[in-house]
Order: sequence, then structure tokens, then C-alpha cells
Amino acid sequence: MASLVSHPDEVKVVSKRFGMGATNIDRYCELDGYTALQKALEMQPDAIINEVKNSGLRGRGGAGFNTGLKWSFVPKQSAKPKYILCNGDESEPGTCKDRLIFEHDPHAVIEGVVIAGLAVGAHAGYIYVRGEYRYLLEIMQKAIDGAYARGFVGKNVLGSGYNFDVYWHGGAGAYEVGEESALMESLEGKRGIPRIRPPFPAVVGLWGGPTVINNVETLASVPHIINGGAEWFAKLGTPKNGGTRLFCLSGHLNRPGVYELPMGYNLKKMIYDVGGGIPNGRKLKAVVPGGSSCPLLTADEIDLPMDFDSLAKAGSMLGSGGLVAVDDTTCMVKFALRIMKFYRHESCGWCIPCREGTDWLEKTLKRFHSGGGIEKDIDNIQYLSENMLGRTFCPLGDAAALPTISIVKKFRKEFEDHLEGRPCPFEEHLVSV
Amino acid sequence: MALVVKAFFSMKFSEQFENRFVRMLAHYPTKRSVLVPTLLYAQDETGYLSPEVIHEIAERLELTDLEVENVISYYSMLTKTPRGKYNVQVCTNIACLVRGGEELLDHCKHKLGIRNKGTTADGMFSLEEVECIGACSWAPAVQVNYDFHENLTTERMDEVLDEYRAKN
Ligand SMILES: Cc1cc2nc3c(=O)[nH]c(=O)nc-3n(C[C@H](O)[C@H](O)[C@H](O)COP(=O)(O)O)c2cc1C
Ligand code: FES
Repeated sequence: MASLVSHPDEVKVVSKRFGMGATNIDRYCELDGYTALQKALEMQPDAIINEVKNSGLRGRGGAGFNTGLKWSFVPKQSAKPKYILCNGDESEPGTCKDRLIFEHDPHAVIEGVVIAGLAVGAHAGYIYVRGEYRYLLEIMQKAIDGAYARGFVGKNVLGSGYNFDVYWHGGAGAYEVGEESALMESLEGKRGIPRIRPPFPAVVGLWGGPTVINNVETLASVPHIINGGAEWFAKLGTPKNGGTRLFCLSGHLNRPGVYELPMGYNLKKMIYDVGGGIPNGRKLKAVVPGGSSCPLLTADEIDLPMDFDSLAKAGSMLGSGGLVAVDDTTCMVKFALRIMKFYRHESCGWCIPCREGTDWLEKTLKRFHSGGGIEKDIDNIQYLSENMLGRTFCPLGDAAALPTISIVKKFRKEFEDHLEGRPCPFEEHLVSV
Repeated sequence: MALVVKAFFSMKFSEQFENRFVRMLAHYPTKRSVLVPTLLYAQDETGYLSPEVIHEIAERLELTDLEVENVISYYSMLTKTPRGKYNVQVCTNIACLVRGGEELLDHCKHKLGIRNKGTTADGMFSLEEVECIGACSWAPAVQVNYDFHENLTTERMDEVLDEYRAKN
């Protein structure tokens, strides 16, 4: 459905089967599919975990936690069943990659889920996909049925004596449900209200059993690591940031699209070479580096490697891989307002700092943008946001506060330009493509 | 199981719905776990979640109607009021915003003569401003029911609406 793009700098690992008909199980097997599973069945669980750990694979859902390390937290012995939960809620604004993985390489996700199961001793895996992605239901159901029919999942996987079931689970519209503990609530048939931690899901998760929760891209990377080896995968990226990443390029770019680039690829090159630069001879103003939850970078701050540690050093985050570029005709007050409107809408309302904070911030930004702002609002926006940081029940509050703080800090002048009832100086230019 | 069989006769869902429902119940250790997807599958067939549908699903899963309604109110795709036959969902989140998402929404409002969350008098179209639908690299993007329409312009949007109108 969504069109594919390519660039010579791409290193195709997770996307190597895109556009090659790999939804068909025979085709998937021709393209090395399910060979990693066969290999993993002959490995000790600890050896699988170590391989993944040493590969430097870090969670592609946003937080970037070392995947093998996360798996190692699952207790060996457990009275309750253990589970694998694949997070395909993909709702972070700017992010549109998991959708492509499901659409083009659904078996890679299934294979990754089964290998994760082998590693931690689970016997069932759930693939949770946001409700809006309904067209994937047929693709995934067919893939799962095919995998059962061929003995890659189900009873006695490939004659190994190991049982593993894989199920699809559809959502019904909620960003917060992408948060790992709210995800489990939703899967259990409830409102997506986050759970208190500890205990962490690796110890007490779905229906009280130890649960590994990983992003779609994370799990789809696992078979490649088992086949190619930890060392190969680690070397594709930068130290402690193994592999490649699907970067979703969007916004004011000449060639938006989803590109697979090595971890640590230079952000400036990503925008000007891969993304084709800014259209209509305009200038870059700001970049959302990894989904709307990340602090924005200005055009002067983008000469850096795109990996988790470099972005953290630059005061931002690599996040979910959703890069939104905006040009100099964009009103940053309006941009901040749109971001806050999203978080206000998605806040589950459970904890007060997030529920009230996002509501007040949206109201203030709205009033500000429409010319009713007063000078002390600028500091108030900053103050309110900073007070949400670290004080909410789950990180959604931080996700709302972080981009806002960065916009006020880095584009304060634009707020000042809106003062004294002045109309938005950018209004007629907002649309530029 | 008796409950399921009884339910089969009391409410008219499609055979596909019923097969999927029975299959899904076997996937989870608790009945309730099927609730969210089941509500959406039911809504796909009935258009909205009426008190009868809510009651039916609550009974099947041994929940109260109120428990089911509590869940419905959390999820943005679930609705207790009818929408148009074609629900036009326009994304105005950041990637779409900077590529004309708001103009597209305004255009749809004028073209259809309805406001956000409104429905045309003939029940054909409803309109909704939505959050990111995972089509950011192909912005601006719209979903009509479950179909994605990407890289839209106002002209292309008109064609899309005409195509749906012509389907009738
Ligand atoms: C509000 C919120 C929304 C999130 N949405 C997603 C999501 O849609 N997909 C995802 O993989 N992770 C999402 N996460 C991160 C998950 O909580 C979790 O860290 C992740 O799924 C773990 O997988 P990983 O280690 O493979 O990244 C979200 C987190 C928060 C706080
Ligand atoms: S921002 Fe519109 S689809 Fe993501």
C-alpha cells in the first residue's frame, strides 16, 4: 500500500524482503526465512540471550533498552506461564515503520516472537496491532495460519518438542496503549491505564506471568542476528548501538519515506542526502528526531550521529525513528500547540499532573497562538512542563513536556512575536508543500 | 459454550464474526481479553455500539454492561452513536500538519457541509479529525473507514470522496 523508497546509503536488514513477496510463506523460506528459528532451536536459551545482548540491539519502540538484557530479567522458573508481547500499537506521531514490516515481512515478526519465546521459556506470544491497521489483519492471519501449517509454530515446533502459540490481537484506537503496562491492560480487555512498577513486566506481566514486551522492529531484527551473528550486527552500527534502523522521514522534505540506515548515520546527511533536502528553496528550521515525544533540534544542531547515546548527549532522544523536518515557514507556537493537543487527547486521565498539565498547556498555547498571550505565559508554559517531568504515573507526561520545553527554550522569540494581540506571523505560510 | 450458542441466535452477527469470536476465546486465559477487538469487529457490522450490542457482548463475556461501556469510552475508534457509511478521518498531527492536513480537513468540512464529528444528512459521510494514523512519510493522509489515502491534495481528496459516493 504505502510506497517504498530507496537510497544508496541504505543497509537493508529488516527491510531486505520488502517488496519481494515475502508475505507468502514459500517465498519467505526461499529468502532464508525460518532458518534462524531452526538454528535457535539447537541453541541453549542463555546462548540466544547472549547473542542478542552482544549484538547491541536496543529497543526500537522508543526507550532503547538493550533487548538481550531485558530478556535476561525474566525468571527461569515461574509458576505462572510466561509470554511474549509484540508491541505494534505504533502511534507515536512521525512513526510509520512497523506497519511496513507487517505489510511486507510478517513472518519475520512471527519468527522473532518464537525465538524470543525460546530464549525466555515462554509458550505463547501475542502480536498487538493498533486497530487502525485493519488491512494488516488478513496479511497477518494468513501468515500465522501458514506458520502453523508448516510447523514453525504450534505444538512440537519443527519436531523439537517445544510448543509455542502465536496470536494476533487488534486494538481500537489509543496512543497510551503503546506504553508497555497499559498495553497489557488493553490486551486483558480493560481501559489502557498504566500499571505501577515495580514489579516490571519481565517479572509480573500479562495475567500475572513474566512477560517480554518488545517493539515490532526489535523482534523482526532478532532472526537476522541469530543468522548473521552478534558481531556482524553490532558492527553495522556504533558502539552499544547495534544494527540498522528504519528511519521514517517526513515533513518538509523532498523525498520523504522509510529508509533503513545504519545506527549512527549522520542526521544532516539524512535530511539533505537521503531525504533530498527542504523543498521550494526554503531553509530548515527544526527537526523532531524520533517521534513527537523528543526534544526538538534546531537546524544548527543536526550534525550528529543518529544513535541513542549521541542523541541523549545532544539533549534529545532517538525515540521511535520518526524524523519530522520543518522549514522556516512553520510557526513553532502552532507546532507546540498541535503536539500538546495530541497529548491532551491521549492522556488516559489516571494521574493528575498529566491530565491537568496537558489540558492547561493546550489551553494556554491555544490562547497564545490566537493572539491572547501575555508575557508571563511563556515562563508559565516552561514552568508547568518542567513540573510534569518525572512526576507522572507513566512517561506520557514526560513525552508531552519534553518537546514543549525545547520549543520554548529554542524558539522563545517566536512566542514573543505573538504577544500583544498580534496575529500569528506565519499563518498564511503554514502550508508550504 | 452454551452461552455462545444461545448468543448466536439472539444477535445477528455474521458467521465470520461468530467463528472469529469462538476462535479468539481459545487464545486467552480469561474471557475478558477478547473484549477490545470483539467490540471493534461488532461495530464493523452494526455501525455503532448500541445498547443491545453492548448488552450482548457483556453477557457473552460475563461482564456488566457498565464494565463494557467503561472500556468503550477509552478507545477512540469505538462509538456509541452512528457515523456515516464512510467515516472520513483526516490526520492533522505534526507530519500532516506541515503538509496541509488542516487545509484538507477544512476542505472536507466545506465539501461535505459538516463539522468535525458531523454526519451528512443522507448518512453517507461523517468527518473526524484524527491523530497520527501511521502514514507520516506519505502525508497528508486520510483514512476512510479502514482504507488509507496518502499524499493527498485537495483535488485528489475530491476524487476520493467522489469515488466513495459512486460506490453507492
Ligand atoms: C505513551 C507511550 C506510548 C508508547 N507507544 C509505543 C508504541 O506504540 N510502540 C512501541 O513499540 N513502544 C511504545 N512505547 C514504549 C513501550 O512502553 C516499550 O518501552 C516498548 O514497547 C518496549 O519495546 P522495545 O524495548 O523493543 O523498544 C510507548 C511508551 C509510552 C510511554
Ligand atoms: S502525522 Fe499524520 S499520519 Fe502521522
